[in-house]
Amino acid sequence: MNQFILSLITGILIGAVSGYLGTLMLSKRMTLVAGPLGHLTLPGIALALIYGFDVSLGAFPFVILGIVLIWIFEIWTKLPMEALTAIVFSLGVAIAFLFLPIEQAKTALIGDITKVGVYETITTVTLCSLIFFVIKKIYAKMILINISEDLAKTSEIDIKKYNILYLLAIAIIVALGVKMVGGLLTAALVAIPASASRNLSKNLFQYTSLATFFGAISSFLGILIFKFTALPAGPSIIIISSLIFLVSIIFKR
Amino acid sequence: MKEPILKVKNLNVKLDSEEIIKGLSFEVKEGDVLTILGPNGAGKTVLLKTLVGIFPYKGKIEWRKDVRIGYVPQRVPFIKDIPINVEEFFLLKTTSEEAREILESVGFEESILKKRLGDLSSGQFQRILVAWALVKNPNVLLFDEPMAGIDISGKETIYNLLFKLKKERNLTILLVTHDLSVVFKFSNFVVCLNKCPICQGVPKKVLTPQILHKLYKEEVKFYTHCH
Repeated sequence: MNQFILSLITGILIGAVSGYLGTLMLSKRMTLVAGPLGHLTLPGIALALIYGFDVSLGAFPFVILGIVLIWIFEIWTKLPMEALTAIVFSLGVAIAFLFLPIEQAKTALIGDITKVGVYETITTVTLCSLIFFVIKKIYAKMILINISEDLAKTSEIDIKKYNILYLLAIAIIVALGVKMVGGLLTAALVAIPASASRNLSKNLFQYTSLATFFGAISSFLGILIFKFTALPAGPSIIIISSLIFLVSIIFKR
Repeated sequence: MKEPILKVKNLNVKLDSEEIIKGLSFEVKEGDVLTILGPNGAGKTVLLKTLVGIFPYKGKIEWRKDVRIGYVPQRVPFIKDIPINVEEFFLLKTTSEEAREILESVGFEESILKKRLGDLSSGQFQRILVAWALVKNPNVLLFDEPMAGIDISGKETIYNLLFKLKKERNLTILLVTHDLSVVFKFSNFVVCLNKCPICQGVPKKVLTPQILHKLYKEEVKFYTHCH
C-alpha cells in the first residue's frame, strides 16, 4: 500500500485517540505526565532503531517500567510524585544517549511516522480501536472520579480498577505517540487538543468530540505538510495543533 | 419498634496518625433528622465520610440491611475544570428520565439540563448535588453543609427543601452543620462533637448554655481524654 496512506491512517488514529484520552488527563490535571513518560521511553526507542523493530514495541516496556518505578518509589520514599517523575525520566534520557547512535537521535526525539510499514499500521489500528473502546467504557466513571472521589466511592465505583485501566491506556498511547512525535513531544498529543477543546466546549459531548477531531486533523495536516514541504511530520503536527489552540483562545466561551 | 437505621458503637477514626474522632456511639431511628454539631475542625465532615465508607475506622458502624444512602458532599473541588452540563452529570449515574423527574421535584425548570455545572450559582449547585444524591431513591440522606459561599436565603431554601423531601420521600436525614438555628428548626436529635463526643439527645434538652460553652469555647484539643 501507498506509504503516504499508511502514514495518514496511523497518524490520524493516534492523534484522535490521544486527543480523546487527553480530555480525561486534563480533567485530572495529568497531561504533563505524558511528557516524562515519553522521555523515558527513549532507551526503548534507541534499541528499536538500532535493531530495526517497531519503535512503539521498544517504547512500551519502558513506559510500564517507568510507571511501576514511580509508583514503587512513591510508596518507599513518600517523596512527591513530580520529584520521582523527574528522577525516573532523566534517567531514561541519560541511558538512551549512552548508546543511541547520533544519526538516529532525530527520529528518537521527534519521531518519524512517514516510514511506517503495513505491519505497524495494522497493530496501530488494532491498539487504537481497543484503547478507544476502553476509554469510552470507563469514561463516565473516570469523570465522576475526577469530579469527586467521594461521590465516586459512595456510588460504589472501584476507583483502583478504573485508575489501572486508565494508566494502561496512557501507557499504550504514549508508546504509540512516540512513533509519531518522538520521545520529546508526547505531552503535546494529549494536552493541546484537549485544552483547545475545553476552551470551546459547553458540555462533555462537545469536549470529547472536538478534542478527538483536533487530534485527528492536526495529524492529517502535519503529515500533509511533510508530504509537500519535507518538513518533519512530528513537529508539524504539534505546531498545527498549537495553532488550533491559539484560535480556540479567540473563541473561548 | 423497628430496628434503628444506624448503630454506631465506640467509633474511632484516625487519619495520618491524628485522632479525629474518639469513642463515639449513637443511634439513628427511621425518620430522624439527626444533626452533627460542632466547631470547625471538630470532625463532623470526617464522621459523615466515615459513615458512608470513605474513611477507615475502628469500632462499629451498622446500617440496617435495607438502607440506601444518598450523600451530598460539602465540596466538589474540580467541578469547574470539566465542561459538563447538568444532564450529563446525571447521566454519569442514571437515565435522562430519572434526572428530569428528580430535578423537577427539587424545583428546577427543564432548561437547567443544558446549563454547564461550572456556570451555576453556589445555591443552585447545592440543590443539584441534593438532587443527584436522590438518584436511585435513597431512604437515608447524608448532607454536609458547605462552610461558605451560600448566602442566607440560599441556606433557607436548601433546608426547606431537605425538609420537604424528607416528608415526601420518608427520608432519614443526617446533616452536618455549625448553625444552631438549623438544629433547633429542623432536627429532632443532635450529636455534639469536638473530637470527643460532648452531648447527644433532643436539641432543646441537651443544648444548654453550659454544653454550648463546652462545645464552642474550649479549644479543639488533640490528645486529651474524653470525659
